[in-house]
Amino acid sequence: MDLGKSNEAYWQPVFKGYEVSRRWMAGNTPDVIVLVYNDHATAFSPDIIPTFAIGCAGSFAPADEGWGPRPVPMVMGHPELAGHIAQSLIQSDFDLTIVNRMDVDHGLTVPLSLMFGSCAAWPCRVIPFAVNVVQYPPPSGQRCYQLGKALRRAIECFDPNLNVQVWGTGGMSHQLQGPRAGLINQAFDRRFLQHMVDDPESLARLPHIDYLRDAGSEGIELVMWLIMRGALNAQVREVHRFYHVPASNTAVGHLILENT
Amino acid sequence: MALDKPYADIPGTTVFDAEQARKGYPLNTFCMSLMQATNRERFKADERAYLEQWPMSEEQKQAVLARDYNGMIRLGGNIYFLAKIFATDGKSFQYAAASMTGMTQEAYAQMMLNGGRAPPGQSDG
Repeated sequence: MDLGKSNEAYWQPVFKGYEVSRRWMAGNTPDVIVLVYNDHATAFSPDIIPTFAIGCAGSFAPADEGWGPRPVPMVMGHPELAGHIAQSLIQSDFDLTIVNRMDVDHGLTVPLSLMFGSCAAWPCRVIPFAVNVVQYPPPSGQRCYQLGKALRRAIECFDPNLNVQVWGTGGMSHQLQGPRAGLINQAFDRRFLQHMVDDPESLARLPHIDYLRDAGSEGIELVMWLIMRGALNAQVREVHRFYHVPASNTAVGHLILENT
Repeated sequence: MALDKPYADIPGTTVFDAEQARKGYPLNTFCMSLMQATNRERFKADERAYLEQWPMSEEQKQAVLARDYNGMIRLGGNIYFLAKIFATDGKSFQYAAASMTGMTQEAYAQMMLNGGRAPPGQSDG
């Protein structure tokens, strides 16, 4: 999008897949998105590696990742809700790092661009929720899933009139490093998408070694989706599903789920 | 006691675990320094001199000078930090990934268009 390439043949199928999503988003824009994502060594250096980090600031600038900051709007946070979530999760025995200042990289801003398109301002507030997937191990699927449930409880007791979405990002299967770079596992990804809908408990039990072996060293990012899924009801309605290879160096998959 | 590494036999893959992070800390922090434009300029002006300021091993310095990304990974580098080097060089992720596989960037790009590299012997998950 940033390079005006949306209409190039390579990118056409990806953007067509998101057309449905954008129409749905336009009719279902929330007040706040809790956006679970992975920082790509932008905000976090080798010096400090938080497993879970919640952005409690009023705003977050798009990061310069080597090509200048992405030309997208400032991300506006929700300090009151973020602070409430942090307190609630810590008291529910989840260990969080509280971040009061950080730039947000493509892991957070590209999903926003995909869902909202080009805009002068994002149409809602965003609480960045960063999960470590840089240094192994990331948190387990089970930990992510349970955190999602605690996140749901925290959001529900904040303000019943506030409309909140939880986004899980990352993946899908891919590997960016070593001789096995370029790995894509469509069978794994399609199973993952299906189980996200109808059997998230089985995904929560999937050990890290299975992700590494079958979905690539970078495919382990997919555990982040379980935070989103844990925040939903056991039974969900599938609004939209989309999968495409390739998108840059990964397989891209997309699900929109609603509570029934 | 050494780390338990069930992933040690995954082909073509080095997992960036605590041991790799310990080995790679000087290399990865050097990489992070390249996020500042002034540091990128100093590095480009004299790479060896810039590297000498970091407590990296001679092997790590050689790997950086040679842009041997597989070597850097073996010596404790992680791709997200190493990305600052190829961003400094004006190269894309796809370029770096291709270089690690021994393919040309064109061949790598074609492989991705054809659906990517399928994992052999995948588990039934």
